[in-house]
Amino acid sequence: MTDKTQTNGNSVWSRRRFVLLTALVATLATIGGVALLINIFEHRQEGRNPFYRVVELTDETEDPATWGKNFPLQYDDYKRTVDMVRTRFGGSEAEPRTPTGFDPRSIVAQSKIEEDPRLKTMWAGYAFAKDFREERGHAFMLEDQTYTERQLAVKQPGTCMHCHASVYVPYKKLGGGDLIKGFEAMNQMPYSEARTKVAHPVACIDCHDPQSMQLRVTRPGFIEGIRAFKASQGVQNYDVNAMATRQEMRSFVCGQCHVEYYFKGPEKRLVYPWAKGLKVDEIMAYYEEVGFKDWTHAETGAPTLKAQHPEFELYNQGIHARSGVACADCHMPYKREGALKISDHHVNSPLLKLNRSCQTCHKWPEEELRARVENIQDRHFKLRNLAMDALMDLIADLKAAKLINRNDNGMTSAQNFQRKAQFYLDFVEAENSTGFHAPQEAARILGESINFSRQGQNALRGTAPAATPQAQK
Amino acid sequence: MQIRKLWRIILAGLVGMAIGVGVYTFVYARGYSYLTNNPASCANCHVMNEQYDGWLKSSHRAVATCNDCHTPSGAVGKYATKASNGFWHSFYFTTGGFHEPIRIGKRNLEITEQSCLKCHADITQAMNSAHSANGDEQTSCVRCHRSVGHMH
Repeated sequence: MTDKTQTNGNSVWSRRRFVLLTALVATLATIGGVALLINIFEHRQEGRNPFYRVVELTDETEDPATWGKNFPLQYDDYKRTVDMVRTRFGGSEAEPRTPTGFDPRSIVAQSKIEEDPRLKTMWAGYAFAKDFREERGHAFMLEDQTYTERQLAVKQPGTCMHCHASVYVPYKKLGGGDLIKGFEAMNQMPYSEARTKVAHPVACIDCHDPQSMQLRVTRPGFIEGIRAFKASQGVQNYDVNAMATRQEMRSFVCGQCHVEYYFKGPEKRLVYPWAKGLKVDEIMAYYEEVGFKDWTHAETGAPTLKAQHPEFELYNQGIHARSGVACADCHMPYKREGALKISDHHVNSPLLKLNRSCQTCHKWPEEELRARVENIQDRHFKLRNLAMDALMDLIADLKAAKLINRNDNGMTSAQNFQRKAQFYLDFVEAENSTGFHAPQEAARILGESINFSRQGQNALRGTAPAATPQAQK
Repeated sequence: MQIRKLWRIILAGLVGMAIGVGVYTFVYARGYSYLTNNPASCANCHVMNEQYDGWLKSSHRAVATCNDCHTPSGAVGKYATKASNGFWHSFYFTTGGFHEPIRIGKRNLEITEQSCLKCHADITQAMNSAHSANGDEQTSCVRCHRSVGHMH
């Protein structure tokens, strides 16, 4: 009797346990199922509408914040170009400084001329020997140029705005609707006057059509430069906005500014020296033909040139350009935001986003890819230092010769070799990839530079062949 | 007795709800589409949009779908692979935390390599026998012919 009651009690208990357990499992399964359902629903919503038109954008909408209302993801990334991050050879580092009356900045990037004082010798007599810092992100382009000490050293023209500010709308206003006329008008203004006409660093409208969002070139310097370059290849009347492919535009919009240039004539017209081609030799030949010099070297009297960040030109000599890879493929790689695929508008070094930049094509671990890049850059940097030493030797010899007022053919020839040696060296020094954009071409250019320095020293010793480097080709 | 009945009804309701939610989620997520050979269903969750777009433009578009290269031959192997990939892909897609750009895993790479040989056995036999005679690993097809299915 007692036994039976116990058994009954047990079976009731175990049945209850079974019921409870089943209820628990069913509850958890329901919770899990609903959670999954909601997750799938959310992912579906993400995938649905990529774009909400909140504001109307026109060809006069200059402020990127207004564009940002329609394109918040891209705008967020764009604003992050304030980041200051070092890579092994590039990038910028925030350095504190005490604001002065002229320059209210309390943070600047590290000084390149203090890192390598040989640069001061190379640029002796030119404003760059006064102040030259590592470039910071796009967000600082206008501020850093407004307050550089170079402004105090030399009276800069309004031409600088072409690439240090968002000028599309200001140019159009100034030219009464004509972009080129506005460009010409601003070129001739003093910097301080031109500065009052612009408000933003590079903005959305500088690369995008406000209606279709398609890429477009807005910089007169590039429009004219690429036309001259294409003409040298036999393509007449090249119109970049009508004739370039979408993939080409993904490099051309960057090439609007990341190029070698000079200010032509008293009207200070910005010109990209591409009429003979994009290679350093062709650019040098162009400068020889038009007889241009940036300044006279203070220590040697040589008619010297300053090369300016020719990223577009050097990249075009490299394997990536040859394989059809655009600037944006590595510097603004596609990324996933929810279900959307957008290009990363936080433009910076691919070394800071190796997975999205490199691994899309190169299936190696990140450490391996970084090692490959830094291997190229290490070698480049060593060779660059050798070329710099060679140039310093030539400048020292020339300086000594100038002190005794030497004024013969050998002196002139050596000065010309200095002009070439330092333009070639500066071409890869001012270029911002430490050789990576085209490693072999960069090494060749440095080799040529070392050779020019050697020939310059020979010229002073009187053993030089009178032949110009061009004639040797 | 009455209480026990009530319990049963509650229990049945709970189990029914779990099953109902499960079935609805399966249908809503187009779970049945994963049993087919339709390549579009592999891009249901948009994480493989690039691969799908790439395949549409590839040389193999007319002759091979996702399943032809990414599942082994035979129904058992095929559905076992689909089940395993289906679970893990859903798991990582739901929880996040996967490598970008997405990459093929070791096991799936082996299956893909084998799939090349399914159709191209005639031409690959000579290559493979030459290499395996030296005790080398089997030559990888996709290491060189990476873009035949889709570029990335």
